[in-house]
Amino acid sequence: MNWEVVIGLEIHTQLSTKSKLFSGAAVGFGAEPNTQTTLVDLGMPGALPVFNKEALRMAVMFGHAINAEIGMTSVFARKNYFYPDLPKGYQTSQMDHPIVGKGYLDVMLEDGTTSRIGITRAHLEEDAGKSLHEDFQGMTGIDLNRSSTPLLEIVSEPDIRSAKEAVAYVKMIHSIVTYLGICDGNMAEGSMRCDINLSLRPKGQKEYGTRTEIKNVNSFRFIEKAIYTEIERQADILEDGGRIIQETRLYDPEKNETRSMRSKEDANDYRYFPCPDLLPVVLTQEYVDNIKATLPELPSQKAARFQSEHGLSEYDANVLSSSRAMADFFENANNVVKDPKLTANWVMGELSKLLNQEQLDIENSPVSAQTFGELLVRIKDNTINGKTAKDVLQAMWDGEGSADAIIEAKGLKQVTDTGAIEAMIQTILDANATQVEQYRAADEDKQKKMIGFFVGQVMKASQGKANPGLVNPILVKMLKG
Amino acid sequence: MFEQSISTLAQKLRNKDISSVELTRLFLARIAKLDPQLNSFITVSEQRALEQAAAADALLQSGKGTSLTGIPVAHKDLFCTEGTLTTCGSRMLNNFIPPYESTVTSRIQQAGAVMLGKTNMDEFAMGSSNENSFYGAVKNPWNLDMVPGGSSGGSAAAVAAGLAVAATGTDTGGSIRQPASFCGITGLKPTYGRVSRFGMIAYASSLDQGGPMAKSAEDCAHLMQAMAGFDEKDSTSADKPADDYLANLNTPLTGLKIGLPKEYFGEGLDPQVADVIMAAVKEFEKLGATVKEISLPNLQLSIPSYYVIAPSEASSNLSRFDGVRFGHRCDDPKDLLDMYMRSRAEGFGTEVQKRIMIGTYALSEGYYDAYYLKAQKIRRLIKEDFVKALEEVDVIMGPVAPTTAFGLGSKTSDPVAMYLEDIYTLSVNLAGIPAMSIPAGFADGMPVGLQVMGNYFAEAKLLNVAHQYQQHTDWHLQTPTMAKGA
Repeated sequence: MNWEVVIGLEIHTQLSTKSKLFSGAAVGFGAEPNTQTTLVDLGMPGALPVFNKEALRMAVMFGHAINAEIGMTSVFARKNYFYPDLPKGYQTSQMDHPIVGKGYLDVMLEDGTTSRIGITRAHLEEDAGKSLHEDFQGMTGIDLNRSSTPLLEIVSEPDIRSAKEAVAYVKMIHSIVTYLGICDGNMAEGSMRCDINLSLRPKGQKEYGTRTEIKNVNSFRFIEKAIYTEIERQADILEDGGRIIQETRLYDPEKNETRSMRSKEDANDYRYFPCPDLLPVVLTQEYVDNIKATLPELPSQKAARFQSEHGLSEYDANVLSSSRAMADFFENANNVVKDPKLTANWVMGELSKLLNQEQLDIENSPVSAQTFGELLVRIKDNTINGKTAKDVLQAMWDGEGSADAIIEAKGLKQVTDTGAIEAMIQTILDANATQVEQYRAADEDKQKKMIGFFVGQVMKASQGKANPGLVNPILVKMLKG
Repeated sequence: MFEQSISTLAQKLRNKDISSVELTRLFLARIAKLDPQLNSFITVSEQRALEQAAAADALLQSGKGTSLTGIPVAHKDLFCTEGTLTTCGSRMLNNFIPPYESTVTSRIQQAGAVMLGKTNMDEFAMGSSNENSFYGAVKNPWNLDMVPGGSSGGSAAAVAAGLAVAATGTDTGGSIRQPASFCGITGLKPTYGRVSRFGMIAYASSLDQGGPMAKSAEDCAHLMQAMAGFDEKDSTSADKPADDYLANLNTPLTGLKIGLPKEYFGEGLDPQVADVIMAAVKEFEKLGATVKEISLPNLQLSIPSYYVIAPSEASSNLSRFDGVRFGHRCDDPKDLLDMYMRSRAEGFGTEVQKRIMIGTYALSEGYYDAYYLKAQKIRRLIKEDFVKALEEVDVIMGPVAPTTAFGLGSKTSDPVAMYLEDIYTLSVNLAGIPAMSIPAGFADGMPVGLQVMGNYFAEAKLLNVAHQYQQHTDWHLQTPTMAKGA
């Protein structure tokens, strides 16, 4: 059977506030257990939550970025369930009145097509702590450092139809929240986690099939793999005439499989009700408008500007605007060299290659946008050719200094003196008389193929420093004799 | 000495007629002698009290301090007190020593008052008779066979018996006013949000409010000066300056418009209590007030509304008592579920378990709309009744409770009769308005309290009304016989 996959995603984004959602405790990753806590995060009797207004500002920013209705009155609700790392016995979240209402994103896929993914809502909630099962002789340790860390849960409509589309959507959300500066985007540390709701239905059928929810997938690659695996699992069951059980599943990246966590029958009745310790959050239009005015340029806007202002292709513009750091690097380097196409090619080419090799983010590039721009200037003014520039970049990467210093120290300056080039060519023609004879006897097509040999010889003789743009015409002229 | 007002004692302390250490020792001695009969204290913090008294004396020596400096008071055992056991009347917190201080006790401490100890209460403030305490029932100083009322029964009994100059209480459905009425003292439940709830162990967060319990309105005003005000640690506390509660105590009551809700004088009200209340109203007329009948038509609905909302919130508020981080944990748990179930079954008493179950049920899927949402709708109606009535009158008066204090054990087997005790007090909490209980006379030898309800943030007005009454009556000056012996 031809199955259509239906996917909706819930993305938990950790907001990069200094302090927690309902307490003054610092937010941070990797601190000693239970050192970043207050009475509130520990759920002590009589402790009361105080809402962090910075989290509110960030949520409203996000709402603007996805073209959403902002909840002018949002209400915190308690989601009640018992778990040792949930100190109060409830999670403070938002249910009926979220801070961000309906919105959407236009997501571009690798094949250049765009699809619009609806966003149902985004709401603020506090994170739970962590249960530590090692090192406690059969007991469980509780670390409440993460307790009450602010999360923005972004819930999509079931509009996603493929793993690729899902990943493109998550990447887009990732790009937006990092552009806005409201999330560090560090998926390995859990700053973004994704729950995948997935069902299959025969192509053309209107009703949704029974869905499963895959919890807490925390990388783009795992999202894609988990979806493929789950599609395959569900399709196998359905094709064998079986039925999908509505349940929560976990993705195991090592075995590349999903497995059942709990079924719907075991699901909690969370007994949501408005939190009586927190007042409804009522916003003024002025507050909402002021935040809108502070929004930075978003990825899609930047991509459009890169095309119109810098004349980049749509593909290049999208790649360069996919992260704010990459876009900033591009623009800063281009400010030095003032050649967008050249800058785009080198950022997306050689620089990205080096970054990938060392698994570095562009923020941590050892070569700054400024010095990278200076290197590009030397390509543009023909001081060095592209091949030499790669070596210079590697030397810069290794900390050997600025482009100019390296070019000077290694004597890499390109030979642009036509007299010197002519002399060099003459020596080579003299030393390869046989080849010259063959060339002269050949027809135009053959000559075109043969010229490479001579160019190679010249470059070799000049140790790569001869300007290829000059070598070619002079060579052709001199070969004619 | 134990019968004297805060103003008088403050003067004596300032004049060095007595030191705070001496005064504190006097009250500690009274507690040691009389409290075995009453059981009004769970913890007597003698050392802390004497240290605070010595500090108060030093402060007074340098001519500083407030009217509370050096005055021995007691705190209901649901205010967290740093370094001092705080049980909330429960086995669950039998071992709980908070590393922090509630805003209320902290402010009273900063004003210089001395904490004698922590008073007994119905477990987690759930009860109207103080019989639901893990630490045993409290007795009424006016008759040791009678209940003191609840849930702040320990505070009421301690103040009535002269074991503390004044005390704090909390009021979720009448827990300050009803025991004040039963024990013949003055109690004020402030407007919701006027007094910070930070460090108050929550029963029902949208209803809980701390307040003063003392012999007179003037003494209550002294405590309110310290207790009231915005607290950034409590998001529901009112971000507006507190009034000067002492400034207007002497304003004459000429022209005061009193409303008497007819629903407060219907079936179920003990005729003797009704007589006391009507006599008190006559006294106000003599002071220049006018009286008119009003209606609060949804009064009857306050009981079902309250007994859905309060247990719903409680079921969630009490989830944190899970044996994981503090409080009671059962021995040798088999697994996590066993630990939860046994720790909670052992730690909570019957009434608490009952209310947790009621609340859990009311919030559960499929019942939420029929119970919780409907109760909230009724709550709005009740609030509208008061808002409308208080457009016509300045204060509303009526009984605090349908009867005087009842016998120990007489209602424990009939929860509905027990819940009916709160019929005149619950609606005030649902509406969030302030109300007082003022001693207004006796019926069969037991005190009767007059309830005075006012508009939002009208605490100063209520205290003025009560103080004027107390300038012309001496019901608040009566002392139970058992208190006179020591």
